[in-house]
Amino acid sequence: MKNWMQFMVLIASITSASALLASGGTERGGSQMPSVNNAKWKAECSSCHMLYHPGLLPERSWNKMMAGLDKHFGENASLDPMTRDEITRFLVLNSADKSDNRRSSRIKQSIPANAAPLRISETRYFTSKHDEISPATFKRKSIGSAANCIACHQGAEKGNFSESQVKIPR
Amino acid sequence: MRNQTMLLALLFSINALAATPQELLKQYEGQAKQDNPAFSGFSAERGASFYKTERNHSNGQKVSCATCHTADPRHQGKTRANKVIEPMASIINPQRFTDAAKVEKWFGRNCKDVLERACNAQEKGDYIQYLVNVK
Ligand code: HEC
Ligand code: HEC
Ligand code: HEC
Repeated sequence: MKNWMQFMVLIASITSASALLASGGTERGGSQMPSVNNAKWKAECSSCHMLYHPGLLPERSWNKMMAGLDKHFGENASLDPMTRDEITRFLVLNSADKSDNRRSSRIKQSIPANAAPLRISETRYFTSKHDEISPATFKRKSIGSAANCIACHQGAEKGNFSESQVKIPR
Repeated sequence: MRNQTMLLALLFSINALAATPQELLKQYEGQAKQDNPAFSGFSAERGASFYKTERNHSNGQKVSCATCHTADPRHQGKTRANKVIEPMASIINPQRFTDAAKVEKWFGRNCKDVLERACNAQEKGDYIQYLVNVK
């Protein structure tokens, strides 16, 4: 059973590696974040909000967030320890520190070394990219808050924030 | 208490794959009888009022299950982060209350968020009974 799982993981990683090579957008230094996948992460981290790509925050932020899920932005998002640890490993492995796309590097550079922000929407990178959007726009019913990236960036869950895919809803 | 929780966790993990709302109600009934020898069944009416009753949270806000799941459980609800929650009423959304582990996970979270304590088996059973009965 265990060997079989390992085999499947191997196959999956070979397939995703070749998909990565085949798609021009995810080459080293590009701005597209790599395609990542983990079933537990998808199931557990998308029930209250969109799925945030692990490349949006550094490792220390994810570690801090995952250690405090019982008080997650005022809500209880706690998980059983096994699921929590698996998701933490996945987030860390694909965090902004480990990603060599341009976007993740910029986010990482905008965060002081002694800080571990839990919100992407409070990083300097984020605020500088959204300084023309008023607080009232973020509060629109169709958006809710700056945390709801997918309301304006259709490809947000795939780590795609390219300018051609931005549309602010009314 | 601790042992009971363990037992409950075990029961739920055995049944985690698939269940019907009726099977879940049976499990909660077993637990409720242990908690209270005078247990006299679940009530959809009590469940409805549990669902709608607003509580004063220590953070100053008024919250109820309906805050996110909407006053009419046949309708879509919304999370605080603005994501749609599919309806809670079984008649509209037959997926509800068919995965014991998922149900326990969300009771665990939402009861603490709303009541600032865990729900007991009586409350869980009443709640499910209400949402299964909604026409
Ligand atoms: C029980 C609901 C719930 C669950 C489950 C949940 N979250 Fe959240 N999360 C929230 C809320 C509420 C916010 C604040 C949203 C807002 O400000 O609009 C939030 C915000 C966030 C933010 C900050 C967004 C920003 O930049 O402002 C990140 C990152 C995040 N969550 C990651 C996760 C991860 C990773 C998981 C899975 C382990 C997870 N969340 C599971 C409720 C949840
Ligand atoms: C209210 C709509 C809205 C929301 C919500 C929003 N953005 Fe944006 N975002 C924009 C707009 C508009 C731009 C500017 C696009 C341009 O420069 O043409 C932008 C630009 C960006 C850029 C830079 C694109 C580039 O190549 O210069 C990134 C990265 C980005 N957003 C990420 C995010 C993330 C991450 C979130 C959620 C935490 C988010 N955005 C939430 C509207 C939004
Ligand atoms: C802050 C928002 C929020 C509040 C308040 C809330 N819930 Fe939930 N609830 C959710 C979300 C999000 C889900 C998962 C969404 C999904 O499965 O589609 C959920 C799912 C559930 C489930 C899982 C049902 C199933 O089988 O799929 C149960 C049980 C539940 N909630 C009970 C409650 C109870 C009881 C209360 C009141 C004490 C309550 N909820 C209040 C957000 C909330």
